[in-house]
Amino acid sequence: MSAVNDSLKARPGPPLWLLAELTYRCPLHCVFCYNPIDFANQTDELSTDDWLRVLREGRELGAVQCGLSGGEPLLRDDLEVIVAEARRLGYYTNLLTSGVGLTAERARALKASGLDHVQLSFQDSTREMNDFLSHTKTFELKNRVAQIIKDQGWPMVMNVVLHRLNIDHIDRIIGMAAEFGAEYLELANTQYYSWAFHNRDALLPTHAQLQHAEAVADSWRARLGDRMRIFFVAPDYHEGKAKKCVNGWGSMFLTVTPDGTALPCHTAKMLPGLAFPNVREHSVREIWFESEGFNRYRGTGWMKEPCSSCEHREEDLGGCRCQAYLIAHDPTVADPVCVKSPHHGLVVEAVERAQSGTAAMTEHPLVFRDPKNSRRLSSQPS
Amino acid sequence: MSTLDASTRPRLGAGFRLQWEPAQSCHVLLYPEGMVKLNGSAGEIMVRCDGERSIEAIVGELETAFNASGLAPEVLSFVEIAGKQRWLTWE
Repeated sequence: MSAVNDSLKARPGPPLWLLAELTYRCPLHCVFCYNPIDFANQTDELSTDDWLRVLREGRELGAVQCGLSGGEPLLRDDLEVIVAEARRLGYYTNLLTSGVGLTAERARALKASGLDHVQLSFQDSTREMNDFLSHTKTFELKNRVAQIIKDQGWPMVMNVVLHRLNIDHIDRIIGMAAEFGAEYLELANTQYYSWAFHNRDALLPTHAQLQHAEAVADSWRARLGDRMRIFFVAPDYHEGKAKKCVNGWGSMFLTVTPDGTALPCHTAKMLPGLAFPNVREHSVREIWFESEGFNRYRGTGWMKEPCSSCEHREEDLGGCRCQAYLIAHDPTVADPVCVKSPHHGLVVEAVERAQSGTAAMTEHPLVFRDPKNSRRLSSQPS
Repeated sequence: MSTLDASTRPRLGAGFRLQWEPAQSCHVLLYPEGMVKLNGSAGEIMVRCDGERSIEAIVGELETAFNASGLAPEVLSFVEIAGKQRWLTWE
């Protein structure tokens, strides 16, 4: 029945959000990065002209938000050209950066190209986070970059990825974001894909840590009012509730990876048995409406039990396909974070390991996202 | 921001952009990582909030354009809500 309804449904709406992952090159080595484990084998980047064409085709379909991300997008020396074309086409342009490489001069050039907004993320390995928390190098860098952002009149979103090793410092983190003059602060609990999944045992926080962090965020919210808006991105492992991933597969979100692969979400390329089209070979229109990669998990027609008869199926759309694959080794089953999933026990087990403090930190030290580790891990049979 | 009255001249808040989207057939308000779709009347009010026109002038224009009267309360209450959302700002 639902399959019939699906096939009768009107065409999907436009890909409102276009995320252009310009490069996998990055000066940082974050242990929670969602870039693919084998990023170091993917060195072939789209040309400037390819990107300009993707922007035009996306805009023709109705895309309005354009995220410029990576890796570190500032490493593309044609970033200003890409921003200028995006702005000219009518996108709201967002630069998602660690701030490394954002000099006052570069910021002026980006402003002149029409960049609308900067999201400054806190790079974080444990060492860097410690620097940051102790007001040393990293703090100085972020402080300087925050000032550069303010000087250009850009609204500033700060993003901090939270995990077991930094979540207890949340009071300091929020305090510093307020001091830097951020308008929005995203406290994003780690999502466990790619590098974060590899490092999951070391990164999963305990329930007590999460409760403390939420209480601290609430008290800052009350204190700051509208001056800085604080978003606390819920940790789905602990909540037993699947999220509507990217607001629904192929419903509004389109990622283009550095080599031109088009994906319905940042990490979908990991899914087995599903080919994703490349913008070098297909138009964005074909990709969005016709490709198997974008159609496979649209709507509810693909679902099995317990999703297909679930009262929440339209709200969460079965959760995240990548999470189903990573945890249950089957991308067509319910997201295991859901309490109704037959594989939910695997999630509970991971959280319990974090609770009991027996997380395998000592046996499996953190693996940093760098080209050497990428090549090593991607040459191993999975 | 002072209290709203007929002489207030609202303009778009910092970091927001207003534009017509043919693909959605409506005005949208764009901001960092988000978008608000405006309904017809909200769109008509917002496009006139340029920091030059007073609320009184905006009401006058709308009443003429749509051959209506008594729109002032609706416009004032929308501008007030939009101010709270920081979509609009004024001196």
